[in-house]
Amino acid sequence: MTGPILSHLNSRAMELGPLADSTVNQEHSWQNWKLAFDDKEIAWLFFDMQNSSINVLSQETIVELGEVIGHLELQIPKGLIIRSAKASGFCAGADITQFQELNDEKEVLVRLQEAHAIADRLAALSCPTVALIHGACLGGGLEVALCCDYRLALPDAKLGLPEIRLGLHPGLGGTARLTHLIDPLEAMTLMLTGKTLDARRSKQKGLVDAVIEERHVVNAVRAAFEGRLKAHEGGIKDRLLTTGPARQIEARQMRAKSSEKAAPEHYPAPEALIRLWEEHGGDSKQMRQAEIVSFASLLTGDTAQNLIRVFFLSEKMKKLAKATDQKIVRVHVVGAGAMGGDIAGWCAFQGLHVTLHDPQIETIADVIRRTAELCEKKHRSASETRDVLDRLIPDPDNLGVDKADLVIEAVPEKLDIKHQVYKEIEPRLKQGALLATNTSSIPLKELASVLEKPGRFIGLHFFNPVAKMQLVEVVDQARATKTTRAQANAFVGQISRFPAPVKSAPGFLVNRVLMPYLLEAILLIDEGVAAETIDRTVEKYGMPMGPVELADHVGLDICLDVAEMLAERLDQPLPKLPDWFRSRVESGDLGRKSGQGFYSWKNDKPQKNKDAEEPGDDLLDRLLLPMLNACMTCLRKGIIADKELLDGAVIFGTGFAPFRGGPMHYARSQGYVKIIERLEKLSAKYGKRFKPDPGWTEDR
Amino acid sequence: MSQTRSKTNRVAPAAKRPVYLIDGARTPFLKVRGKPGPFSPVDLAVQCGRPLLLRQPFPAEAFDQVILGCVNVLANEMNPARVAALRLGMGEKMRAYTVQINCGSGMQSIDSAFRSIREGSRELVLAGGTEALSHAPMQVKQDAVEWLASMRGADSLLERARQLTDVKADYFMPVVSLKQGLTDPIVGLSMGETAEVLGQLFSIKREDADQYAVISHQRLARAQQETNLDNEVTPAFSSEGEIFTKDDGVRSDTSVEALARLEPVFERPYGQVTAGNSSQVTDGASWVILASETAVKKHKLEPRAVIRDSAWSAIDPGIMGLTPVLAIDMLLKNNRLRSEKIDLWEINEAFAVQVLACLKAMEDADFCATILDRKQPLGTIDRSTLNVDGGAISLGHPVGTSGNRIVLHLVNALRRHGVKRGIATECIGGGQAGAMLIETT
Repeated sequence: MTGPILSHLNSRAMELGPLADSTVNQEHSWQNWKLAFDDKEIAWLFFDMQNSSINVLSQETIVELGEVIGHLELQIPKGLIIRSAKASGFCAGADITQFQELNDEKEVLVRLQEAHAIADRLAALSCPTVALIHGACLGGGLEVALCCDYRLALPDAKLGLPEIRLGLHPGLGGTARLTHLIDPLEAMTLMLTGKTLDARRSKQKGLVDAVIEERHVVNAVRAAFEGRLKAHEGGIKDRLLTTGPARQIEARQMRAKSSEKAAPEHYPAPEALIRLWEEHGGDSKQMRQAEIVSFASLLTGDTAQNLIRVFFLSEKMKKLAKATDQKIVRVHVVGAGAMGGDIAGWCAFQGLHVTLHDPQIETIADVIRRTAELCEKKHRSASETRDVLDRLIPDPDNLGVDKADLVIEAVPEKLDIKHQVYKEIEPRLKQGALLATNTSSIPLKELASVLEKPGRFIGLHFFNPVAKMQLVEVVDQARATKTTRAQANAFVGQISRFPAPVKSAPGFLVNRVLMPYLLEAILLIDEGVAAETIDRTVEKYGMPMGPVELADHVGLDICLDVAEMLAERLDQPLPKLPDWFRSRVESGDLGRKSGQGFYSWKNDKPQKNKDAEEPGDDLLDRLLLPMLNACMTCLRKGIIADKELLDGAVIFGTGFAPFRGGPMHYARSQGYVKIIERLEKLSAKYGKRFKPDPGWTEDR
Repeated sequence: MSQTRSKTNRVAPAAKRPVYLIDGARTPFLKVRGKPGPFSPVDLAVQCGRPLLLRQPFPAEAFDQVILGCVNVLANEMNPARVAALRLGMGEKMRAYTVQINCGSGMQSIDSAFRSIREGSRELVLAGGTEALSHAPMQVKQDAVEWLASMRGADSLLERARQLTDVKADYFMPVVSLKQGLTDPIVGLSMGETAEVLGQLFSIKREDADQYAVISHQRLARAQQETNLDNEVTPAFSSEGEIFTKDDGVRSDTSVEALARLEPVFERPYGQVTAGNSSQVTDGASWVILASETAVKKHKLEPRAVIRDSAWSAIDPGIMGLTPVLAIDMLLKNNRLRSEKIDLWEINEAFAVQVLACLKAMEDADFCATILDRKQPLGTIDRSTLNVDGGAISLGHPVGTSGNRIVLHLVNALRRHGVKRGIATECIGGGQAGAMLIETT
């Protein structure tokens, strides 16, 4: 907790060195960098990108950095310290919008050579250089810091090289500089996973030389320049791991591990990075040259371009979650089941105050346990975990309603139960409070019918598990006010999820597009195709999990409920569920949660037969095209505003192969004409459920 | 240390602001069973503080102060009142302090709050008590500490080797500080031994003590069954997903025969105080909310009771269990009341023998004449009005909490029985007692 007094004072706290004296003359016209010298002839260089709340490495900022270095080369200072003037952090990485605009491999090569030249000159400066890192220091930002002799981190520093998530690897010399600074296997793991390290672990692994507080900066910097700071040094082990034969063995292991996580034919970046290390790891300069070529090739390839697109989809969704004046501070959750409990725990984890009501206190107690486990999984300290659990208040008497800014109802999917809850709660809601439902199948209009003031009612449809699935469908209803919609979206942003505003229609967006896909898989099983074959087909396409495994994972009872609801409410043909499916569900085969579904489940893993037969020709189309078709229907009916939001929602709500850019983007890349053709063919062969949606022909 | 006259406070109370008790809550009391329980003292205070604050019509920041009684303060929770206040989200501005007067701590917090509101310097105060005896620290013996210090100070390898030869086996036997805490340093008697002394001075029979203990268990068991404690006990939830809903020391199946089989625990083999007729060693916390008239009007509160007065008395530590009699005497005299006017009583059951000794002393003409300066005995307390829903023998005695619990429970019991006036009192290790006079609104 930081109270108002300390918060007010903290804004004074950043050590500005010679720039603290506002009379310092700024002789240069740089827009993004500020340079000043202190009384010991140490140069202080502040990265302060203009017109931006964060620092990124763009063409402009890199070129300017080159000019600054040029200036320093003419008159070498006693030392150089680089830090950021932005509260958000050192540097968030490269300017990805500029990545998107580069699709000529030759042009990329030229730009990279220029940037490398500047980085190399920084690394070659003869005076000692110190990077002082606070906040986010990612990607290219970390690569700049790696060019310095020392790195000092403040406790809030977060270091990482997440380029792999965009289908790339580091492109500003980081592949070489990191593997030659710390244990090369640790370095490769960091780059292959894209994981972020906090200050403590960065020091542990040698990425930074010391973790200091802001109040230590002046003394720590002086220690560095006076040679009293011990820089991290690789040991004998690191050197042994860098020899040729060692690299070959390591590369083999890394390949095996990587291909488990992401099929190399879909995600080429890990292989490219491993090959860089295998072939050039012994020579830092050579590796950097090879890095440029490799990076340029990846950047202009489909996977990277699609993943970059997905990144922008998530940014677009984040913008929808713009903060309003009224922050949600207190959330009251009614219903502590699988969804309600997870929602409550996640909100407490994200810093909100949560009261959790359920008629069964055992159910509430289990949420406390699960939330404690979440904190452990996310490496929270004992006192951080204590704070999270202090904020998660069991509320058997349903007292939290009166003080809540937002009430989320997550009780069983029965209209009368939900109505009962609303009738009890609504009179007690405070002025300005929102009422949200986590319903996945009941139309909001019906739910709202018992409300006196439906303007504050909206749907917030979370996905399971809440801690992992970043999407929340924000379900509109006709009488919700603009404020309610804005606040609901902002709340989703507050808890680090992505909002997808959708209209209240059966299945909203995600379930509606997912169901035809899952049902087709069940029909195929009915036709005698092996579950493993079905799943393998789709995994080859790029989905993280096949439809049969997904159905088992979600729960066959839930699939049945959603399927029946959609069949009842939608006026379009859906595949009919075979009777044996209902009997299986009724007999208790529910999938993962009961240990048996289409697969047997042991330790949360499906037991698959490895010798399943190869898929037939139209198997992928039979599974994938119904989903695409349903996406087009949703677009045409205005269930979601546009193609980009749809792609984002389906990717973050289902894990749809992100390197394909999303269902609509994939459809566009295939060509709508082809899509229509293939749907017509399937329709002729298998039934009218494959009839192409009219939207394909209208030019969208 | 011997005085035949007790001190009485003859100052007439000046016109003072009324002090209301608005609400209160406590955790279930959990018997200590060898290993540390799931909750530290502050954890317990937070567990019952959260639902209590949640059900008030004003925000947690509205309080002026938090006062918390706690005897066994843990080193990583210094000034537990403040730690609890911050963890309860009461805001950085919340003033908070911890009080310790041994077993009286949970009542002292109420008394301090009561007086500050009465004199006008506070309007709304949260006063509580907490204790986690299961977390009582192991202490290293003093000479072991000194040995460790010399080891650290040893300059050479030879020095260190020499120190090692000085080590004694029993350096590694920790002292259970709980045992130390329950022994009075002035008279060198444990609390249980002081009860034995009273047993002899007032001719209390072993059977009567055991019988009293059985009634304590029966009353608590019945109270639990009839949900008499539902509006004061709030369930506690651990981070492992365990739930605690009831005081767990109660033995509804106990009997005089079963208790008769127990060996004396403090003075073997001829004493009469056993584990069965003593209070249990327990973890628990309790809070009450006290408010001035101003606060009641401002937040539109519905008070449950008024705190009329309090009294504190002191006596030879060797017979500490008797001190409540003096506190009761003081309270009745200062408020011009006869004991028959008191509808319900809570006398903390430190030991059955001790409670029975107090009752006998109140009826004893010689004691009341000589010590209390009374022409008539103080009175006979009707057992059906005393500790009506059980007490520390069945519930447990978390040392810093009990004083708070008996006030909270007295208020709830007065309201449930539809009667007006009650006294809650407890003996305090060291030879003291606190007593509070409560009236329902």
